[in-house]
Amino acid sequence: MGELLFLAFVFLCAGVVAVPIAARLGLGSVLGYLIAGIAISPILSLFHVDVVSIQHFAEFGVVMMLFLVGLELEPRLLWQMRARLLGLGGLQVGVTTLAVMGVAMALGQPWSISLAVGLVLALSSTAIVLQTLNEKGLMKSDGGQGSFSVLLFQDIAVIPMLALIPLLALPELAETLHPADTAGHDGADGHSSLSLVEGLEGWQQTLVTLAAIAAVVVGGSVLTRPLFNFIAVARLREIFVAAALLWVVGIALLMTLVGLSPALGTFLAGVVLANSEYRHELESNIDPFKGLLLGLFFITVGAGIDFGLLAETPGVTLALTLGLIALKAAVLCALAALFGIGGADRWLFTLGLAQAGEFGFVLLSLTVANAVIPHPLADHLLLVVALSMLLTPGLFILYDRVIAPRFHAEEEASEAEDDMPAGSIIIAGHGRFGGVVNRMLRGMGHEPVVVDYSSAQLQMLSALDLRVYFGDATRPDLLEAAGIDDAAVLIIAIDGREQITEMVRHVNRSHPKVHIIARAIDRHHVYELYAAGCRDIIRETFDSAVRAGRSALEALGTHPFEAERTARHFVSFDRHHIARLADVYDPDIPIHENKAYIEKAKQSLAEMEAELSGKGDSFTGRADRGWTPPTLEDVETVTEQSKG
Amino acid sequence: MARLLVYYAHPGHRSSRVNRPMAKAAEAVEGISFVDLYRSYPRHNIDITAEQNRLLEADVILFQFPLFWYSTPSLIKEWIDLVLEHGFAYGAGGDRLAGKVLMLAVTAAGPEEAYTEAGYQHYPLRIFLTPLEQTARLCQMRFSPPYVLHSALKAPEAGEVAPHVAGYTRLLRALRDDRYDFDAADRQEIVTHDRLPIRETTHG
Repeated sequence: MGELLFLAFVFLCAGVVAVPIAARLGLGSVLGYLIAGIAISPILSLFHVDVVSIQHFAEFGVVMMLFLVGLELEPRLLWQMRARLLGLGGLQVGVTTLAVMGVAMALGQPWSISLAVGLVLALSSTAIVLQTLNEKGLMKSDGGQGSFSVLLFQDIAVIPMLALIPLLALPELAETLHPADTAGHDGADGHSSLSLVEGLEGWQQTLVTLAAIAAVVVGGSVLTRPLFNFIAVARLREIFVAAALLWVVGIALLMTLVGLSPALGTFLAGVVLANSEYRHELESNIDPFKGLLLGLFFITVGAGIDFGLLAETPGVTLALTLGLIALKAAVLCALAALFGIGGADRWLFTLGLAQAGEFGFVLLSLTVANAVIPHPLADHLLLVVALSMLLTPGLFILYDRVIAPRFHAEEEASEAEDDMPAGSIIIAGHGRFGGVVNRMLRGMGHEPVVVDYSSAQLQMLSALDLRVYFGDATRPDLLEAAGIDDAAVLIIAIDGREQITEMVRHVNRSHPKVHIIARAIDRHHVYELYAAGCRDIIRETFDSAVRAGRSALEALGTHPFEAERTARHFVSFDRHHIARLADVYDPDIPIHENKAYIEKAKQSLAEMEAELSGKGDSFTGRADRGWTPPTLEDVETVTEQSKG
Repeated sequence: MARLLVYYAHPGHRSSRVNRPMAKAAEAVEGISFVDLYRSYPRHNIDITAEQNRLLEADVILFQFPLFWYSTPSLIKEWIDLVLEHGFAYGAGGDRLAGKVLMLAVTAAGPEEAYTEAGYQHYPLRIFLTPLEQTARLCQMRFSPPYVLHSALKAPEAGEVAPHVAGYTRLLRALRDDRYDFDAADRQEIVTHDRLPIRETTHG
């Protein structure tokens, strides 16, 4: 227990110190974690901490990340990506493997070792690249999409590689090798001691595998809704989190049992749930775990860099690392050109994927265990992989600071004029109020993201094929998942007075650029919302009350246009009145003790009565203004003027 | 320096191909006041006091709009009905606009030759604008001949938009800088981008 707390303390400490510093310097969180890992590696080796096993545990963060990526990707989009996924991804893995293999053979390695090295180094780092792309908001760009296709293909390609590598075993190495120790890699390689498919015939294995995939797809689309509805009724946050974790862990376990990549399995589960109304809730629940585990993973990569070995052979190691990056970049650049990825996106794609990845660690330990690559060479390669990952954030910074601005300037110059309002819309609460807003905006071709907490409401709306997400919109993390970062407008249509004010306060502070439209319960709530920073406040019953007043006037025989003008001028008078009272409103003093407020309220009331009895001149006077006929005096004046 | 107030009114702003670039150009001219009427009063509830204060602050008032059925878009008519009150603009004590200039910048769908007695519009363009001209007179304002683009619907394809917009900018700057020759303008029926009576230097 003590040791566990000590480890947790060291890792958290390193992360908490290094990441904010790196973020402030604009280096990105990944580099921060890597540096934190390098910094604590002496402490870890002093206490003989098994960094590799922690790394295997932390790799589960990659699994969670792919689940989250899957959630963002609807099946339709995945299908659209198929050409790139197979073409771009397949060629990247194939060509890079052959190129690395060629270089290795030229350096005097036998073909089997060269091929294994090629396979190991062809893979890129899903963790670093996706994390960085998300952080920089580049996921949706052409380069980001291309990168994602390649990474996804690589994750799939790992599975046949795991099967292929043992076949490359060198007999002379195998003799010197101790009994293989392959336990502990269950993060990705599926060779754990638990297996459903061991000892089965080939066709049976295929059948079991297909059944598992079918279970994920069918279970995901059929089971989740009743399951999460059942949990949602309890309205216990932690149970929902537990259910989300259970879902991801369960799928990862199932995939491991049938010998498939858990990352791939959870990705698939994510895609299946991408259309679900629980998507944003799942996202916001899994996201912190993913973040922490990935952070831990990056720290272990940093801590695992063998500086002793680097000090022994600095020249060769650096040359190999830079050579690898250059080689991979060259292949990527050519493929980008082939697949029509141009401009800044080509550079993003080329520089982003030029490192070796975390699957390289897994494959390397497998090669050693299966006597494919000799131990010293594997150690060296491990160092090259880690160093190339360490350099990746640097390449992203190069893209960000040097390459992107150049292309961006060009794009801006050619930008066409278009003043159609852009940006996404979030509607919090889909009841009688939010529903009307949603329908109206949809009528104009917008697709608002709707978040609501009532599962009954959601079921009704899903039946109508409207997309709504389950969740408590007042939670900042759920708003993040619903896309508040990119939102242009937030419409707060939830019920609780306190929650509305709190939400305005939070969003106004964290996202000052988002235009907030909030519903005020009553007049005093208007002041609260104004004080909280909202400048577009809609009183929830005011408009309907004014319409009722207008109807009453019409029913009493007032000419409809006069009734309309009275209503309009009443509204502007009331607005004026409320603004005047807002000046003296103080949230800390109850209304009945606020003397200035009472004084002004009395004054307004007196004015209003004067208006109504026809003595005043502000609102009935204004209502008539402009439509009263000229006087006889006016006519005479005009006649006089025309004579003179 | 004259205080220039430009009112732009087009209810179909988004689909406009001449008035919209004109409005954009007007907005970019420094030292003048530009008001998009349909943006200010999307629900047609004109604030009379605010508008009258605007007029009091201006020397030259220019309305930019497309001709709709030989007249202004409806919001300008509403504006005239409400803002030009007796006792303010005309009638007893109504001399607050006396001495100011009223000018129009209009686009017309028909070609120039249509606006003749022989043409299909049957009357010269200025005849359709006489209600506005007389409004100015009753308010003791000077009515200056309008800045016109004919065949406005065909202008984008004919390459006529850019010169008209550039001329509009020159016109607004000249009005602002007292370089517009109102007397020379009065000798023309209408002014166009190639016949703008602008002086090089400020009138002494």
